[in-house]
Amino acid sequence: MNATRIVTAAALVLALIDYAAAAGPADAPPGALACSGCHAATKAANTTVPRLDGRNPADIVTAMQAFKSGQLPSTVMDRIAKGFSDDEVKAIAAWYGAQKD
Amino acid sequence: MTAKRTSRRDFLKTAVAGASAAVLPLPAIAQGAGGRVVVVGGGFGGATCARFIRRIDPRIAVTLVEASPTFTACPFSNLVIVGLRDLKAQEFGYDKLATDQVTVQISPATAIDAQGRSVTLGNGTRFPYDRLVLSPGIDIRWDGLPGYTEAAAERMPHAWKAGEQTLLLRRQLEAMEDGGTVVISAPANPFRCPPGPYERASLIAYYLKTKKPKSKLIVLDAKDAFSKQGLFQSAWKALYPNLEWVSLSTGGKVTSVDVGAMTLVTDFARYKADVANVIPPQKAARIAEIAGAADRTGWCPIDPATFESKLQPNIHVIGDASIAGAMPKSAFSANAQAKVCAAAVAKLVAGGKPDDPKLINTCYSLVAPDYGISVAGVYRPADGQIKDVEGSGGVSPLNAPTSTRAAEATFANGWFSTITQEVFG
Repeated sequence: MNATRIVTAAALVLALIDYAAAAGPADAPPGALACSGCHAATKAANTTVPRLDGRNPADIVTAMQAFKSGQLPSTVMDRIAKGFSDDEVKAIAAWYGAQKD
Repeated sequence: MTAKRTSRRDFLKTAVAGASAAVLPLPAIAQGAGGRVVVVGGGFGGATCARFIRRIDPRIAVTLVEASPTFTACPFSNLVIVGLRDLKAQEFGYDKLATDQVTVQISPATAIDAQGRSVTLGNGTRFPYDRLVLSPGIDIRWDGLPGYTEAAAERMPHAWKAGEQTLLLRRQLEAMEDGGTVVISAPANPFRCPPGPYERASLIAYYLKTKKPKSKLIVLDAKDAFSKQGLFQSAWKALYPNLEWVSLSTGGKVTSVDVGAMTLVTDFARYKADVANVIPPQKAARIAEIAGAADRTGWCPIDPATFESKLQPNIHVIGDASIAGAMPKSAFSANAQAKVCAAAVAKLVAGGKPDDPKLINTCYSLVAPDYGISVAGVYRPADGQIKDVEGSGGVSPLNAPTSTRAAEATFANGWFSTITQEVFG
């Protein structure tokens, strides 16, 4: 095994560790943990509100932009989306995308 | 309870005296000294906070102290009052907190030594802490409304802490003859659940309309403005002609009650009631005062980023007991604050610096079982307070089709299931 492959393997392991760490509640970006007041973290909840865990981050970002602009009709999400910047939404979406469904 | 152990602070003091500061965090971790946090109060705030501290940093030992083995939730308890929901649906236990290795102590916290950093329970045990989180909810100000004593509340229930009081008000409404008068007294700000008195008025009006249509409902208010006012009033006009709201400036402030005469007294009139629901003035629960965390208002000033008390270092206050600026005293707020506080406590215990948070609140009210309205907000710390993020938040539209109202009623039900699953499930 040459040095490059060892370094590559090590980098991959580190990346995986980093990915795993970034998926925990300790790494939740500002605002993310508040969402689970309505968007259930467990499947046991009896609600029509969609879960966010494991969703494609790009879909969350698109939905939030559409809520903000009013393109996508909503009851409360228009009012909430307006409280978050694009960067904040991206960070929250990435974090939820990394949660196990 | 753990054996007596050198606290992080004492350890640091000793170590700084003799050694290089650079090596300090390592021995602490090697000892497994992840820190000790005690959380007082097992409601939407406290139970959430205890669980999230464990999830954020499993090295921290967390003890939740709660007086009652069963939590009875206030949100949706207005449906219980009007017979549309069972009180059992409001009750939750603490068994599942074991999945996060939270140690639950069922005994009231009776004393707090803020200097020595320990909490004493009614059963005599004492728990030292590195950080304490208080989420104790509210107490009634029994000196806040002349004539309204604990004994009076057995005749004129407040039903502002869910449980027996909720059922008492329900029984009184059920026993009332058609043609009777129900009077609700709503307090001045601040108080638990700002839209709560008006949801209750709506649902009692709904009950009277469907079961006792010759009856009437009077709301005597110590305010001229209230949460979701436009939405409530427009719905009342359309649905409940027998509901009369008397504002502060039209003489609505109740200045005393005469329980023997079942009468509520204002500066201008006396209101004889067949059923009287007095929602009295409130304050942070007594343990906050014992801790020295409550100020002269009776509530607890906090740092808007960490929820640490502005009066007592190492003590954090969340939920209804805290002065949380623009955030209302709601279950959703308490739950959101709990997670922010958990992250801050974990960082602080480990010697780190907490991040600036963003918070959300969403409160649903039912005007009728299939008619929901909401208020939502997004918040951040600014100028030492929790403030609204400009341009965000607000209430449901004033003009909306019945399908929107029905959707919000459905979301309200979903919210209750979701949040109680997160907190107790």
